[in-house]
Amino acid sequence: MGFDTAYEAITEESGDQRWAFGTGFADPLAGVDTSVPDGVAGADLAAYCLAIGDDALIMSQRLQEWLARAPELEEETALANIALDLLGQARLLLTRAGHADGSGRTEDDLAYGRGPDEFRNVRLAEVGDADFGGLMARLLVFSTWRLALLDRLRASADPVLAAIAAKGVQELTYHRDYAAQWLLRLALGTSYSRERMAAGLAAVAPLTADLFADSDLELRLSPEVAPRPAELRAEFDEVLATVLGRASLAWPDAPARPAPRGEHTRELGPLLDELQSVARAHPGATW
Amino acid sequence: MTAPAPAPESAVARARDIAAAVPDPELPMLTLGDLGILRDVTAGDAGVVVWITPTYSGCPALREMSRDVVARLAAAGLGDVQVRTSLSPPWSTDWITPAGRRKLAAAGVAPPGPAPRRPAGPVPLTLTPAPVTVTCPACGSADTARTAAFGATACRDLYRCQACAEPFEHIKEL
Repeated sequence: MGFDTAYEAITEESGDQRWAFGTGFADPLAGVDTSVPDGVAGADLAAYCLAIGDDALIMSQRLQEWLARAPELEEETALANIALDLLGQARLLLTRAGHADGSGRTEDDLAYGRGPDEFRNVRLAEVGDADFGGLMARLLVFSTWRLALLDRLRASADPVLAAIAAKGVQELTYHRDYAAQWLLRLALGTSYSRERMAAGLAAVAPLTADLFADSDLELRLSPEVAPRPAELRAEFDEVLATVLGRASLAWPDAPARPAPRGEHTRELGPLLDELQSVARAHPGATW
Repeated sequence: MTAPAPAPESAVARARDIAAAVPDPELPMLTLGDLGILRDVTAGDAGVVVWITPTYSGCPALREMSRDVVARLAAAGLGDVQVRTSLSPPWSTDWITPAGRRKLAAAGVAPPGPAPRRPAGPVPLTLTPAPVTVTCPACGSADTARTAAFGATACRDLYRCQACAEPFEHIKEL
């Protein structure tokens, strides 16, 4: 039988009690050849996919907190769209991690079954935002860095990672443009909006060194699989200089000790409490 | 026990026609064929394999499409069907067929223009939105304005026609 409308499709007698489409999650890599290429250590590839998957998952969760409290309906829609793109990237990357390490852990096992100490996202993804200007500063830094990273991963020796990255590049391109255009609007708006935008940059600047610090994670993998973090710095600096130059704002001088992945702020715990609350209250439930 | 036989060529061709005609759950005026996400239909070891490509990483409609493809092919007597995800190359709005573009416009949704060409080097930054070149699907006027860069689904943004005052959706170039 086929369905003429989406409503028929979701109300079909299927026994899995779904109330909307997209809620009965299936393996997002179904049918994809997930064998690990020769010469690549599955455990290291998995750790890498988990790390950049956690970045997307945690950033997405923070963006979702803005729903129902964004300044305009249009911005709420924008943030929901960006959060959904990142959640999709996270689903693919966490699934890839579960395949590559041979553990067979699913995206749900990894998203809902780990505590704060096991998350590998950068601190920039997890910190809350004081206001919309702060969010735009953080989104600009995050998406500029992630776009430079995924653009290089398009050529990864792991074809699954390369394919996920190629799709992500299309999405991050408009995430970055959205944040950059808002930064200009606020910086060139009123004296108050400019002050808030500058405060947002000052809040994220100390977390930026984390993004470019080499770690064991990348050093264990061949440069054909994943770039070294420091390689992304020049492109990142150039994009930020372009945006800030147009806004006549200076990048805040914020010398900071870079924190390795796995080191978190106190803000991650409460974020995970909320993200994982339903899965913890009703283990294994689907809806 | 005998090994399952690959699907014959005639079954693959029928399966391709049926899968191509499955409607998209979020843009029901379009089929999977119109949208360009049906990448291939092949004979697998144990029946027909249908390859589809997600439009966006977070597209929630992909699973419904898969279920619908499986149900329709089973109803047509094509037996065991596998739907597989094809991630590479990534979907582009350039894959929407001319028939798909006509159906979108007829349903009041402005079809996408050509996807942006990627120059060599880093992905270019866009600080000033490009001039609007979208024509109104209701009256055909080129005097339109974009009212929001994001819409009800990842693939759409919002416009208003300055000539006939009609608000409308547009498929974003990707």
